[in-house]
Amino acid sequence: MAKDYYKPEDLKKFGTIGNYQKPLADKFFAWYGEVFKEGALTEKEKDLIALAVAHVVQCPYCIDAYTTNCVKNGYSEAQMMEAVHVGAAIKGGAVLAHSVQMMNKNEEISF
Amino acid sequence: MIAYNKAKEEAEALRQLQVLELVTTKSTNVPYFKDKLKEHNISSLKPVGLDVFQVNVGKMCNQTCRHCHVNAGPDRQEIMTKETMQLCLNAIQKFNIPIVDLTGGAPELNPHFRWFVKACHALGKRIIVRCNLTILLEADEHNDLPDFFAENGVEVVSSLPFYDATRTDKVRGKGVFETSIKALKMLNARGYGKPDSGLLLDLVYNPAGAFLPASQTMLETEFKEHLWSEHGIVFNKLFALTNLPVSRFLNYLVNTDNYVSYMEELVNAFNPLAAENVMCRNMISVSWDGYLFDCDFNQMLNMKVAADERNHVANFDLDYLLKREVKVSQHCYGCTAGAGSSCGGEIVLL
Ligand code: SF4
Ligand code: SF4
Repeated sequence: MAKDYYKPEDLKKFGTIGNYQKPLADKFFAWYGEVFKEGALTEKEKDLIALAVAHVVQCPYCIDAYTTNCVKNGYSEAQMMEAVHVGAAIKGGAVLAHSVQMMNKNEEISF
Repeated sequence: MIAYNKAKEEAEALRQLQVLELVTTKSTNVPYFKDKLKEHNISSLKPVGLDVFQVNVGKMCNQTCRHCHVNAGPDRQEIMTKETMQLCLNAIQKFNIPIVDLTGGAPELNPHFRWFVKACHALGKRIIVRCNLTILLEADEHNDLPDFFAENGVEVVSSLPFYDATRTDKVRGKGVFETSIKALKMLNARGYGKPDSGLLLDLVYNPAGAFLPASQTMLETEFKEHLWSEHGIVFNKLFALTNLPVSRFLNYLVNTDNYVSYMEELVNAFNPLAAENVMCRNMISVSWDGYLFDCDFNQMLNMKVAADERNHVANFDLDYLLKREVKVSQHCYGCTAGAGSSCGGEIVLL
């Protein structure tokens, strides 16, 4: 078994996922590329969204990649941290919002 | 003062070249620059002309920026003499070279700087001065530089790593952003950067770390918006430059373990169109002691244009220079990444 689950150099191997299933990988990479192109949102705006989401899904590869992109594109340190807080708040909020379900169930099964 | 030690400087240049060579063994993704050119059917880089005569008038500087490829600072003693400047003027005049580009260090710290600029102006040359801005406020004697520049038709090209203090000061030192803003206001007050004034003020952006610059157009728009709305400052163009792995920046890359990945990033972004249009194909760079190089980076790596006496401005031989082959190494990947990078910013439109 591997000693470390995450290795920075593995990011460069991402493209090789096509070795096991090429048609799906090709579709994914083409779609991914399209998503990040300038559209109704600028590439720069998409980078900041990606940074926040990368934290929420806790992907170290994406955190590295989109931190670099955000710095390159001129986001300040404060802007990047605020974006992460937005992601964290949504995640925290989602956890707490589920507590309504907990309360509902509690009411349902309790005297 | 640190005494100038020729042997030490040459040994340091050699050490850097060895570090640049070594990267090809550390990563299979970094081939020799020459081989990369061949892959794209470019057998060598040959001059297309000689329009730019760049003079590094000395390594003394009032700043010690972290990315500086000159390793400039207040302690550097290498300053071009008036005699060497005269040799430069002779070559510029004799071969009718249209553009004189002055760099350093802080070129204004050379005691013969004003004399040299006036002489170039008298010859009717287009003059570019790479001014670090803070020099304008370094001492009273420099306060009138905006007037001096304007009187001699100088185009001012100034480095400003970012439009806020945090990133700028990280690269250039504490308080540099604030002083740079004051200096930009002095230049604007003299008409520099103002529409229709005919006085050009261009800014240079370079990344504050081990990453490539974003698009020049996007950065220019943002710099213009921020500098205008937050400080009332205007300028003409912004040039986005890539940091080349030479000198202080090379050491930074090595010491922070960013070297191999940065080089890989440069190679990944290799653009053959940028390679065909690198600035060394139309310029010559003269060191403080009169030696000739393809560019300021090769100067720092002591890669002279020739092994014989034609490598000195005293023996300026245009025929030879136009037929020479540009000397390249792995640092050249910095000029060919993405949209390319030159003293005039991006090389090609992406
Ligand atoms: S980058 Fe320019 S201003 Fe900074 S130390 Fe080097 S020569 Fe001086
Ligand atoms: S580093 Fe100098 S020699 Fe190399 S490509 Fe750039 S300008 Fe040319």
